[in-house]
Amino acid sequence: MLLKIKNLDCRRGNKLIIANVSFNLKSGECLILKGPNGSGKTTLLRYIAGLSTNNLLNDNIAYSGHLDGVKSTLTVQENLKFWSGIYNTNNMANVIKTLKLNDFQNRIAGELSAGQKRRLGLARMLITNAKIWLMDEPTVSLDKTTTTLISEIITQHCKEGGAAIISTHVNLNLPSSKVLDISEFKPEIDKEFDPFLEGVF
Amino acid sequence: MSLWEYANPAKFMTLSARILPALAITSSCLLLIGLLWGFFFTPADYKQGSTVKIIFLHVPTALMAINAWLMMLVASLIWLIRRHHVSALAAKAAAPIGITMTLIAIATGAIWGKPMWGTYWAWDPRLTSFMILLVFYFGYLALWEAIEDKDTAADLTSILCIVGSVFALLSRYAVNFWSQGLHQGASLSLDKEQHVDNAFYFPLLVCIAGMVLLFVTLVLIRTRTEIRLRRLLTLRLRNS
Amino acid sequence: MWSLILRDIRLALRSGGGFVLTLAFFLIVIMIVPFGVGADLGLLSRIAPGILWIGALLSCLLSLDRIFQLDWEDGTLEALATSPIPLSGIATAKATAHWLTTGLPITLASLPLGYLLNLNHNSYFLLLTSLAIGTPALSFIGTFGAALTVGVKRGGLLLSLLILPLYIPTLMLGAQSMSVGTNNPIELLALIAAISFMCIALLPFACAIALRANLK
Repeated sequence: MLLKIKNLDCRRGNKLIIANVSFNLKSGECLILKGPNGSGKTTLLRYIAGLSTNNLLNDNIAYSGHLDGVKSTLTVQENLKFWSGIYNTNNMANVIKTLKLNDFQNRIAGELSAGQKRRLGLARMLITNAKIWLMDEPTVSLDKTTTTLISEIITQHCKEGGAAIISTHVNLNLPSSKVLDISEFKPEIDKEFDPFLEGVF
Repeated sequence: MSLWEYANPAKFMTLSARILPALAITSSCLLLIGLLWGFFFTPADYKQGSTVKIIFLHVPTALMAINAWLMMLVASLIWLIRRHHVSALAAKAAAPIGITMTLIAIATGAIWGKPMWGTYWAWDPRLTSFMILLVFYFGYLALWEAIEDKDTAADLTSILCIVGSVFALLSRYAVNFWSQGLHQGASLSLDKEQHVDNAFYFPLLVCIAGMVLLFVTLVLIRTRTEIRLRRLLTLRLRNS
Repeated sequence: MWSLILRDIRLALRSGGGFVLTLAFFLIVIMIVPFGVGADLGLLSRIAPGILWIGALLSCLLSLDRIFQLDWEDGTLEALATSPIPLSGIATAKATAHWLTTGLPITLASLPLGYLLNLNHNSYFLLLTSLAIGTPALSFIGTFGAALTVGVKRGGLLLSLLILPLYIPTLMLGAQSMSVGTNNPIELLALIAAISFMCIALLPFACAIALRANLK
C-alpha cells in the first residue's frame, strides 16, 4: 500500500472544495481523477504533493502540474543534470533514451516544441525515481504520438512497481486503472463551516 | 473559559460589542481630563515655558507608536502558531493606528523642537528611530494590500512583522553608532525630558492611560470592521 | 544544494548579462553623484563611503525580484518545493547564488569606483572588508523580500519598499566603519558580521514560511 487517504477535506483559500475523500493507492495502480473543471482535481493533487499543507504526506512523490518545470535558457541536458543532482540519481542516460530526447540533448529548451517540452518535464519525473507520480492533465494540447508515448511511460512505471494519480479528460488506455469522480465529493453549501460566518445567520 | 475562546470571530464580535461603549467613554474621559489638566492646570516650567506641555500629547503617542507595533508582533505570532483569524485581522487593524500615532509623535516632537532647539527636525537617534518605524509600518500595510488571498496575506505580513521587529531593534542600536559618528554637533537629545517633576507626572500618567485605552478602543472597532469585510467576502465567494 | 547554486549562477550568466548589468548600474549610480553634487573632491571624499554603500544597496535590489519570479513562472519553483530539498535550503541556495553573482562583483568593483569618488586612501581596505562582510546580509534579506513578493505581479517596487528599511542597520554600520572619524572600525565590522551571520542563519526559515504561504 503506497498511499492511504481517509476523510480528507481540501480547501482552496477559505472555500471548501472537496469533502470526505477516501481512497487507497496500491503499487502498480493508476488512479484517474475525473470531474468537471473547478471540481477540485488540481487541489487534491497539490495537497498530496505537499504544496498546500505544511507536512509532506509521503517522501516518494513526484508532481507535475500545469507548467512544465523546464528552464528555457538551459539545454535539455543541463535541465536534466540539474534534477539528477537534486534527487541524487544517475539514470539520466536511460531517461533520455526512454523519452526519445537523444536528438535534442544539446538544444536550448526554449527552442523545443510544446510536445518536446512536455517530454522533458516527464523526464524529470523519471529522474526522481519516485514511486508515486501525481500528474495534472499531462496530455493537454499534445498530439497523438506524444500522448501514446506518455501513456506507455506511465504504464511502464506502474508495471515496475510505481503508482500514479492522474487528472485527465483524455482516455489514456492505461491498464489497471481505477476512476475517482471528484464531483461526487462536492460539499453541500449548508454544511460548510466557515469561521467568519458562524453565528451570523 | 480560556482567553482563546474569543479567538472565534463570532464570540469576539459579541464580546467587543459589549465592552466597546464603556471602553470608548473611559478612554475619552481619561484623555480629556489628562490633556485639560496638563495643558491648563499645571504651572509653566520655568526653563521651558508653556511649550513643554506638548509632552502630554507627545509622550503618550510615542509610547503607543511603539506599543502598536509590539501588539502587531504578538498578534502575528499568534496567527502563525495558532491560526486565529481574529488575531491576524487585529494586527492589520492596528497598523494604521500605529502609523497615526507615529506621525503625531513626530509632529508634536517637531512643534516642541522649534521653540526649544530652533529646528523642526534633527537626525538624532530617537527621532530617526521613529522615522524608521514609520516606513516599517508602511511596508507592512503595503504588503497586506498587494496580496489578493487574505489568508496568504496574513501569513506573509505576519512573518514580515516578525523579521521587521528584529531589524527595527537592530536599527535602534545602529542609529546610536551612526549619529555619533556623522553628526557630532547635533545632540538634540530628548532624554532631557526625563526630568519631569511631580506636577507634570500625574497628568502625564492619566494621558498615557487614556491613550492606551484609546488604542484598544480603536483596534477593537477596526477589527470588527475587518471581520465584517471578511464576512462579505466569504458570502460573495460562496454565491459565485 | 550545490546543484541549485550552480544552476542559478548559470542562469544568471546566461540571461540578461548576469553580473555585468549589475556592475554597469553600480557604475552609473556612482557616476551621477558628482553630476548631482558637484565635483569638489573634498566633498566627494567625505560622502564617498555612504555613496558607495548606497550604490551597492541599489545595485543589489536590481536582480532581487528575479530570484524566485522566473522559477515561479515556469513551474520550477513548485517542482523544487516537492523535491527532497527543504524550502529553507532552496532559499539559502538562491541567496548564495545571488551573492556570488551580485554581492561579490559589487564588492570587487567598489575599489575602482571608490577612486572615482576620491575615497580616502586609508579607507580602501575597510571598503573592501565592510562590503565583503555586509553584502551577504543584503543578499539574504533581499531573498526574504523576494519570497514575500513572488506572487505579486510587478512586485519590484513593493520589494524595494519592504527591504530597504531592513537594509538600514547594515548600511549605517557599513558606511560608518569607513568614515574618517571612526576610532574603532573593527568593532563596527564585527557588528556587521554579526548581522550577516544572523541573516544567513535565520532568514532562510522566514523565507520558507513566506514561500509556503505563496505556494498554497
